[in-house]
This record gives sequence, C-alpha cells and structure tokens, in this order.
Amino acid sequence: MLTAIFAILFYLAAAILLVGLALRIRLYAKTPAPLKIPTTPAPITRGGVVLRMAREVTLFESLFKSNKWTWAFGWVFHVSLAVVLFRHLRYFLQPVPEIVAIMQPVGVLAGFSMVAGLLALWGRRLVVERVRYITGPSDHLMLALLVMIGISGLSMKFVAHTDIVAVKAFFLGLMYFDWKPLPSDINLLVHLSLVLTLMIVFPFSKLLHAPGVFFSPTRNQADDSRERRYAPRGLLKPQAKA
Amino acid sequence: MAAVSSDFKPKERVVGDPIEIPQIACGAMAESKPFVAKADHNEKLGFPGELVEDWHDKAIFRLGELLENNRALRVYLDSCVKCGACTDKCHYFMGTGDPKNMPVARQDLLRKVYRRHFTWAGKVVPWLVGAEDLTKEVLDDWYSYFHQCSQCRRCSVFCPYGIDTAEISMAARDIMDTIGVGQKYCNEIIGKVFNIGNNLGLPPKALKNTLEGLEEEIEEETGVPVKLPLDVQGADILLVTPSADFFASPHMEGLIGYAKVLHEAGVSWTLSTYASEAANFGMFVGSQENMQKVAQRIAKAARDLGVKRLVFGECGHAWRVAYSFLDTLAGPFDFLDPNYPVPQHICEFTNDLIEKGKLRFDRSKNDEFRLTFHDSCNVARASRMGDKPGGQFEIPRAILRATCNHFFDMAPETIHEKTLCCGGGGGLLTDELMDVRVKGAQPRMRALKEVADEHGVTHMAAICAICKAQFSKILPQYGFEMDGIVSVHQMVSNAILLTGSTQAEEFDAQHRPADATA
Ligand code: HEM
Ligand code: HEM
Ligand code: SF4
Ligand code: SF4
Repeated sequence: MLTAIFAILFYLAAAILLVGLALRIRLYAKTPAPLKIPTTPAPITRGGVVLRMAREVTLFESLFKSNKWTWAFGWVFHVSLAVVLFRHLRYFLQPVPEIVAIMQPVGVLAGFSMVAGLLALWGRRLVVERVRYITGPSDHLMLALLVMIGISGLSMKFVAHTDIVAVKAFFLGLMYFDWKPLPSDINLLVHLSLVLTLMIVFPFSKLLHAPGVFFSPTRNQADDSRERRYAPRGLLKPQAKA
Repeated sequence: MAAVSSDFKPKERVVGDPIEIPQIACGAMAESKPFVAKADHNEKLGFPGELVEDWHDKAIFRLGELLENNRALRVYLDSCVKCGACTDKCHYFMGTGDPKNMPVARQDLLRKVYRRHFTWAGKVVPWLVGAEDLTKEVLDDWYSYFHQCSQCRRCSVFCPYGIDTAEISMAARDIMDTIGVGQKYCNEIIGKVFNIGNNLGLPPKALKNTLEGLEEEIEEETGVPVKLPLDVQGADILLVTPSADFFASPHMEGLIGYAKVLHEAGVSWTLSTYASEAANFGMFVGSQENMQKVAQRIAKAARDLGVKRLVFGECGHAWRVAYSFLDTLAGPFDFLDPNYPVPQHICEFTNDLIEKGKLRFDRSKNDEFRLTFHDSCNVARASRMGDKPGGQFEIPRAILRATCNHFFDMAPETIHEKTLCCGGGGGLLTDELMDVRVKGAQPRMRALKEVADEHGVTHMAAICAICKAQFSKILPQYGFEMDGIVSVHQMVSNAILLTGSTQAEEFDAQHRPADATA
C-alpha cells in the first residue's frame, strides 16, 4: 500500500517536474528577444558569452560583486546541494560509478553545509530589514522545505538508519517498472514526501531561476550589435519602405 | 513645480559615503508623480487620450502581449529569488529610503499582477506568492514608482540573473500608455519630434540661425572659418546630436567642440533638420513602436542626404539606441561605408584622431578646470565604444587626459559599470519631479564632494545631454557651482589648436625651441 502510494506519487511528481520544466523552457526559448540588451561591458564573442555564463552559474560572479555575505551563504548552499544530489546518484545507478563512490564522504559534509547555508540565508531574511521587506510567505516556505529535506536526510545518516539497500531497490524498481517494497521508517517517509513537494513546486516557483539564468538576455547576449546585424522576430514591425 | 521636501537638506547631506544604505522609510515617495499627459499628447503617439473604461482588462491583455514578445520580461518576472542583492543598489533608494525604490520591490509592483493573472500559483494561492489584483491603488503605485526609475540598469549589474529593472519599468510604462495614462513630459516631447524633428521643437529656421551664430563665434575666437553645415546633400558624415546641443550651456560648447574636430579632420559633414535629434524618448516610455518611428527618421535623413557615415553627439540614451538598437529598428545600413563603425560616437571619432596624432592641443588652456568624469548610465551599461569591452570608459577619459592637465576619477564603486545615475534620466527630467531628482542625485553628489575635497576637483565632465541638464539644476542645490558640469568636447574645444588659428600661432611662438631662434 505504502509502496504503491509513493510509487505513484513519484511517477506523478517526476512527470510534473519534467513536463513543467520542459514547457517553461520551451516558452522561454520561443519568446523572442526583440533587441540587444546585454549589460555592458559584455563579451563581444559567443565564446566570451559562454564563459560569462559559466562564471555566473558556477561562481555567482554578479552576486559576488554585490554582496559578499549573500554570496558566501548562497554559494555554499548551492555547491553543497550539487554535491548532495551527486551523492544521491547511488540510489539510482547500478553499478555505482566510481566517482560517485569516491564522493561519499564529502557528500555527508555537504549535507551539513547545505543546511548551514540555508539557515544563514534564512537568518539574513529575518535580520536584514531590506531583505525582510521583500520576503513573502513562499520565500520562507521554500527555505523551510529545503532545510527540512536536509535535516530529515541527515537524520537517516546520524540518528536512525534506514535500509539504504531497500531504498535503492525501490527506486531501481520504479525505473524499471518492477516495484519493490519501500522501507517505512518515518524519517525516510518524511524525506521523500518533502522531496515530492519540491519536485512538484519546482516548475511553478522561483526555483525557475535555475533555467531562467540561461535565458537572461542581459547575460547571454554578446555585445556585437555593430558587428553583426540583429534582426529577430518580435514586436517590431518591418520597416516601412521609404 | 514640486518643491524638494523640506526635511531633505542637500547641503547637509553632501558629505558622506556615496553608497550609504539609508534607513527604510515606507511610503516616503508615494506622492511623487509626474504630470499626466493630455489627450492630444497621447493620441499623437497612438495611445488613448485618457484612462479607458475597461482599463483593467486592457492592461492585463497588454501585459500578456508584452510577455509573448519580450523574453527578458518573461524570464525576469519568473526568476527573481528575492535574494536582496539589488536592494541597496538604486540611487533613488539611497536618496529616499523608500523601500519601493529598491529594484526588486519596484519589479514586484508588476510581478504581483503578473503572478495573479499569468501563473498557476498566483491564481490558486495568491496570498502565498504575493500575487495581487491590479486595483486603482496598484495603478497609482505604478505611476508613481515606475516614474522613479531612470532605467539606469545599475541593479542589473549586481543581480545574479542580470534582472534589469529598466525592462520592467519600460513594460509598465507601455502598459500605462496603452490604457491612456501617459506621462506628459515624455509624450509631449515625442510628439514634437514627429512634428518638428527634435525634442525642443526647434524649427529649421531657428536651427539655421543658431548654427550661423556659432560659426561667427568660432571664427571670432580662432580666426578659422569653421562651419556647422545643415542639410548638405552628399556630405560624407551625418552628425546626429541631442537638440540640447543647439540650445543651452554646457551642451553648446560641446557642439562647438565637435565642429572644430570635424573641421580639423578635414571631412565633409552635415547636420539634418529632419533628424535634428539624437534622443529617443520612445525608449523611456517603453514603446518600441514609437522608438522605431523616431529611429527611422535618422535612417531616412541619412538616406536622403546620401551620407556615407553616421556619427552621434554626446547623449547617453541616444547612444544606447544608436549603438544597440538602431540597426535592428531602422536598418540595414548597408548604404553606409562599411569601413567605419555604424554608427560611430563622436568620442570615438575624436579619440581616433588623437591616437593618430592628427589633433594638437594646448592643455594649459584648461588649467582652470580640475576635472572628473561622470560615466552616463546608458553609455556605461548599455553600449560600447571602440573595439574592446569597456572602451566606453577609457575613450572619454583618454580625450580628457589629452586635453586637460588635471584629471581625477571618483571612487571606484561609483564609476565605470557601477556608475551612479545623475538622477534625471529615463524621462524624469521634468520640474514636477524635482524632489526625486535631487534625492536621486545624492550618491553622485557625495562622490563628487569626495574628489572636490581630496583633489580640489572643480568640474565634472559628461557625455549626456540629460546628465548635463540635470546637473546644471542639481549642483547648486548641493552647494557646487552651477557651471561645474561641462561637456567632454567643451574641453576639446578649449584646448584644440586649429591649423591656422590665432591660438596655434600663439602656442607655436611660445614653444619655439630656443635654439631655433638663434
Ligand atoms: C543553474 C543552477 C542554479 C543557479 C545558477 C542558482 C543560482 C542561485 C543564486 C545566484 C541565488 C541567489 C543567492 C542565494 O540566495 O543563494 C539562488 C537562490 C536560491 N536558489 Fe538557486 N541556483 C541554481 C539551482 C537551484 C536549484 C536546483 C535549487 C533548488 C532545489 C535552488 C534553490 C535556491 C533557493 C531556495 C534560493 C533562495 C535562497 C534564499 O531564500 O535566500 N537553486 N540560486
Ligand atoms: C528521490 C529522491 C531522494 C531519495 C531517494 C533520497 C534518499 C536519501 C537517503 C536514503 C538518505 C540517507 C543517506 C544515508 O543514510 O547515508 C538521504 C540523505 C540526504 N538527502 Fe536525500 N533523497 C532524495 C532526494 C533529496 C533531495 C532532492 C535533496 C536536497 C534538496 C536531498 C537531501 C539530502 C541530504 C542533505 C541528506 C543527508 C546527507 C547525505 O546523506 O547526503 N535528498 N537521502
Ligand atoms: S534601473 Fe536604475 S533607477 Fe531603475 S531600479 Fe534599477 S537602479 Fe533604480
Ligand atoms: S538581485 Fe535579482 S534575484 Fe536578487 S532580489 Fe534583486 S532582482 Fe531578485
């Protein structure tokens, strides 16, 4: 029963996440950018733009210029999140790739730093007047959700172990449509329920910043309007014949 | 004219950290509103004369259209994570403390309506995601706070996703125009461009007289017959410059500078009555159609006059439109000479000549000026000069260094891409907005005060008609001299040694090597 509920929910959530994201990304890609608006100084070649974008996504370059504390907390959170998710691949891949296996010890650390980063960001939201002003209920909830995912995950590692082998069997079963029973430890069920929630809200929330950053015209356009004619489809009517 | 609110004393505030973060003062600027355009101003631009009856539905419909046609708007309304990185980056927030002048809060005025009508979450759980209906109060807030954004893009430099509040402001102003709530200052001016050819409404005859007057003045000063040609068929270069250059100080001194440089370069050039305006307020009101119509006048003038090159005078947003948009809006310009940048900035033109050693200067002529340079937003963050990123910072400074002995930059967090708006850009340069203009200038004034105290800086040079006009009004309020703002080409004009001029003769007589006379 429990297995069936979670199995169906995971199919559903995965579908919402993937289809939702795909539709949103298609919408972004389809919407024309009528004019050249890179924030200058900007790279003047496509290659330069790829580098700029890579720096934004991996180093949060603009955020670094802006506010060192937010940058530090946010960067620690995101890098930790990436490591944690990478470590989680072991539940979905058989055999476990060497590199995922090697990352396991770092992964545990990352669980803590992820939660620490989130709590620091949350603290900033509460303490800094300006940030408090722009914070809404959904911003608190998103942080709460991620913190609780982290804490429930850590609790499986350090408080009450769950049967990881069975968890893996369940997820491999989901992927190969050959369902296996899911352990019923409460912290695992909490962890998974929260993860389901995250997957479902992702395409409808500010988490769209993850695909959004790649579509930001001020960052992904090259500063080459004098070198290359830019004539996209858009609001602009074709020029009246003089 | 709205007075500056009495508790704001610019002279007492001029000393301090330029980018100091203020205390939050909710609603401090809610009353700041520009005059609403009259019916005929709106109608001339293709907008309804006054607030239409079904304004709510029309506004939502227009927002939908803009979303479908502008990726930036769509992505930016979705992507903000409320990280707060931009909250302390807007000069209007720094000067007023009004939290709705924090870039993200300004965006949220539109975003909350977007969420309500265009997102699933905003329709189902509006209270959770800050979604709100577009009420009359919200519309009032829009009118107030989207006219407290100079579209300077400083916030977009610092946002981790490059969210550009200028794009949001433009969209909001477009929506307001579409439902009949236009802003008088901008819409009236765009109408003048359509009717007469320039923002000032300067008719061809007056323009001609002005230029002849300047020619006389230059000849009197230098003994050289420098011309300011108008509507000359078949000239090589069409110079398009903001109409303020024909009218007021220190703009006019800049125009004299361009004329001297063009003369010394020995090129044939002309101004145009039809395109006697570089500025394009279509951008400020976010109306791409009006922006395109204004831009096409320049293309038409270039074609009709049969010129080979297009050069722009000192104007910030005009250079953005010219550099970044002109080809898209009014191109292709395949009839121009491809050996030169299309378009070219007058600073690029002058700097090229300086680098080639074709211009001679007597820098001591500018010794009474201890200078700094104000990077204008649209040049700094929305365009380029030269062939390297950042040329827009180096080239004007190179010209100033070539023409003046005393140059000092302001604090690094207030120049280049981090430059602070003059406070009057983006269509706010109107008297009834004086309060927000003065307050918004505070960060720049403080940066100026620092170099004034530290290096004895007396003057600030700029390459933007709006910056120059704004500073002429604002400098005295902060205790500086009104003529403390100068044109970059004014410095060129002062120092240049035109071939055959009295200045050149004097200079050569003084600097003749001692042994040559022996
Ligand atoms: C391309 C991938 C991504 C990039 C470049 C990126 C970048 C950023 C940046 C620059 C910030 C602002 C600074 C901060 O508050 O940390 C941010 C905030 C945030 N990101 Fe991401 N992110 C990415 C993916 C994700 C994913 C996959 C998640 C969630 C599972 C996520 C969750 C969040 C949250 C919740 C915040 C807001 C933190 C707060 O409330 O202060 N991000 N992201
Ligand atoms: C279907 C997806 C997921 C499954 C099956 C899953 C399962 C698990 C399990 C079994 C553990 C315990 C590890 C151990 O005892 O060694 C764990 C830990 C953890 N999980 Fe998840 N999880 C999932 C998704 C996520 C997501 C999306 C996040 C983050 C947003 C996350 C964050 C964590 C953290 C921080 C820990 C503790 C540190 C660690 O062991 O790496 N999990 N997860
Ligand atoms: S564009 Fe400039 S004026 Fe507008 S919100 Fe951003 S920083 Fe403020
Ligand atoms: S910096 Fe960008 S993402 Fe952060 S609050 Fe401002 S607009 Fe939103």
